[in-house]
Amino acid sequence: MIAELEEELVYARPHALFDGATHYCPGCTHGVAHRLVAEVIDELGIAEMTIGVAPVGCAVFAYNYFNVDFAQAAHGRAPAMATGIKRVRPDNVVFTYQGDGDLASIGIAEITHAAARGENITVIFINNAIYGMTGGQMAPTSLPGQKTTSSPCGRDVETMGMPLKMAEMLAGMPGAAYVVRRSLHSVKEINKAKKAIRLAFQTQMAGMGFTMVELLSSCPTNWGISAIDSLKWIEEHMIPYYPIGDYKVAEGVGSLN
Amino acid sequence: MPMTKELLKGNEAIAEAAIRAGVEAYFGYPITPQTELLEYMARRMPELNRVFLQAESEVAAINMVYGAACTGVRVMSSSSSPGVSLMMEGISYIVGSEVPAVLVDVMRGGPGLGNIAPSQADYFQIVKGGGHGDYRLIVLAPATVQEAIDLTYRAFDLAEKYRTVVVVLLDGNIGQLMEPAELPPMRTFNGNGHRAPWALTGAKGRPHNVITSIYLVPEVEEQFNRKLQAKYRTIAENEVRFVEYETRDAEYVVVAFGTSGRVAQTAVKHARAEGLKVGLLRPVSLWPFSEKRLAELAETARGFLVVEMNAGQMVEDVRLAVSGKGRGGVTPPVQFYGRMGGVVPFPDEVFEEIQKMATNEVTA
Repeated sequence: MIAELEEELVYARPHALFDGATHYCPGCTHGVAHRLVAEVIDELGIAEMTIGVAPVGCAVFAYNYFNVDFAQAAHGRAPAMATGIKRVRPDNVVFTYQGDGDLASIGIAEITHAAARGENITVIFINNAIYGMTGGQMAPTSLPGQKTTSSPCGRDVETMGMPLKMAEMLAGMPGAAYVVRRSLHSVKEINKAKKAIRLAFQTQMAGMGFTMVELLSSCPTNWGISAIDSLKWIEEHMIPYYPIGDYKVAEGVGSLN
Repeated sequence: MPMTKELLKGNEAIAEAAIRAGVEAYFGYPITPQTELLEYMARRMPELNRVFLQAESEVAAINMVYGAACTGVRVMSSSSSPGVSLMMEGISYIVGSEVPAVLVDVMRGGPGLGNIAPSQADYFQIVKGGGHGDYRLIVLAPATVQEAIDLTYRAFDLAEKYRTVVVVLLDGNIGQLMEPAELPPMRTFNGNGHRAPWALTGAKGRPHNVITSIYLVPEVEEQFNRKLQAKYRTIAENEVRFVEYETRDAEYVVVAFGTSGRVAQTAVKHARAEGLKVGLLRPVSLWPFSEKRLAELAETARGFLVVEMNAGQMVEDVRLAVSGKGRGGVTPPVQFYGRMGGVVPFPDEVFEEIQKMATNEVTA
């Protein structure tokens, strides 16, 4: 006779995510980032009041996965669109989900001014140092020497400049309340990332100003390496240039946790 | 309460008309000759506890409009030619997402930085497209401050009815001039009221709403385009607006919109006094266009004169409208007179053109 097993559910799909497969490539960390955001939405009980803004890029179909109201923005304009939504619906929780080409290149004016105004929104910034959807071109965050389809000999900083450090830059904006960088390359860092996302949403809900969590992410397909090696690549190449850390934590934000 | 006329400046009158139509949010960026509209909103909107925000650019302004429009509020922006060029991307997205918004374009001289004088050189941009993709905007072109008020007041209803962008298209002259006009009554403000079922308000007690303009499968995108085109056919059937003056027995018809239309009317009056049988058709909706009425007029008119403050843009639509519509299937001659670069024609110039046409000095 088989002894009755006592089972405890320790892991399930967050309610804020639909049950279904994503279009993301195997090994890509978008899925992890989506899950973290969804877990936070569940835990804060804000699914019915949250409005997301999807970017142009791999996450353009984020609305297919999140079970919250969603708009899809033009390339780089998600912070402007989120501003329009938040200004007329200040009681809703509004977040954008943007990649590095979207946020740090074509949309750098919109993100900068949203931060400067202290726009009460949360930005989930996926930095994987490359353009994913268009097939692996150089991003404003591509590392020096990084080979991409539009920098086949590696990013030449003499002609293309150094990659942009968005968390550091936006932390300098007067309206920024909570701006941090986390990484998705290990379980430990993923847990830290979730805490940061949670605090960012809480900061928004407290009406304290602009919040952004930059997430160092992988793109195995366009980096041309395995999923496992991609996580190592984040640790060995991205983190030295993009240090994990809290770049702006306004007074009072810490006590929200 | 009896309405009374006040001396109002075009740009400010448009702003107040929008407020009375219940606009809940305004996003804009300073640019001459529309800046008074933004300034008026900066003062009035907060007074009424509504949203005013000066964006960092026209690009941001139109995308803020897009965001707010997704929540089902009445929202608008205003700008002038170079600024409107920057908004084209956002306009295409708004149209492609079928959310309602109103834009006021106070046209100035171009191309490039051009100047700040009145112009109608953006007819093609606004009426024919400007942004990417197959779309139409409802374009309303006032010729007086009163008409600017009335059309702005109506624009929000049209935008919501058809879930599209309505452009109030005027030139810097109408934006800047002051004349007596009457403002409409204040509509009940719908600040915390009911929102359209498609609006993004938070998925409470209903499935989540998504507002997007991407359809990766060509057949699905085509299906969406068919839906848009069907909507445009309905608009074309129902929303044509024009004003006629002395056309009943007109042998010659002047066609002009906005400020050109005003100037042309003075010239037509003069011509009538000189015994010339001339009338004026002033399209008020530039899209949908008054092509049916023009075709009717072509049955009896011996010729048309199109007057514009550009190198000849609307004249193409007039030619299409009257093509083969004359008696016996002939096409009546369509002449064009235009001034460019911010120059407003004088009535005398237009009168001379009418005279030339009527005396057959110029042939088709």
